[in-house]
Amino acid sequence: MMTFAIVVAVGLLVGAFLCLYRIGHGPTAPDRTVAIDILGTLIVGFCCVMALVTGQGFYMNIAIAWALLSFIGTIALAKYLEGRQYDE
Amino acid sequence: MNELAAQILIGVGLAFDLFGCIGLVRLPDVYNRVQAATKCVTLGTCLILAGTAVYGASGAMAVKALLCAVFILLTSPVAAHAIARGAYKSGVRLWEGSVIDRYGEEVRPAGPPAERTEAAGHPEETVAAAREPHA
Repeated sequence: MMTFAIVVAVGLLVGAFLCLYRIGHGPTAPDRTVAIDILGTLIVGFCCVMALVTGQGFYMNIAIAWALLSFIGTIALAKYLEGRQYDE
Repeated sequence: MNELAAQILIGVGLAFDLFGCIGLVRLPDVYNRVQAATKCVTLGTCLILAGTAVYGASGAMAVKALLCAVFILLTSPVAAHAIARGAYKSGVRLWEGSVIDRYGEEVRPAGPPAERTEAAGHPEETVAAAREPHA
């Protein structure tokens, strides 16, 4: 299980770096918002893998809290985008 | 047996996550990226959470994992819809290869296609103008 968990964690890190590329190079603000949302979802998966590896239950609390805050932040950013031009 | 099932679920979930992230980098405009990334990553993370619930060390961990999966399934499409709507209203244009724009037809019913592409630079005025008759 340990080797498998390391492989999964490395895969999730690769996905997170792809999201960071989109956050850095995204030509418009909505691109960056999408990438931030996806990065939050990936972090939830990463917390699950950490909970399995360490056997500590509090990682699941972190995952739930992160999912909640990521959703609220994405909604706030989307509402902010509706009133602005994309290059402002 | 539980471990094998959990590894299969987590492995498939990881593959979906990676495909979603590749789509986020490779696809041409923000609407395509929303589609690919949201659907793939939501399903992938829910599969990882299901694998955690199957293999979890305690019952509390499994319950929390399933709760988190249900929450992500409910909120991720809402967030993607809000982002796509905000992107359209903030004036991000569709990719040149896009063949249909149903939302644009809905908010600007009268305009022919040539006018629509010209007006795409100032979406807020056209949206406001198209909405006034209904108000």
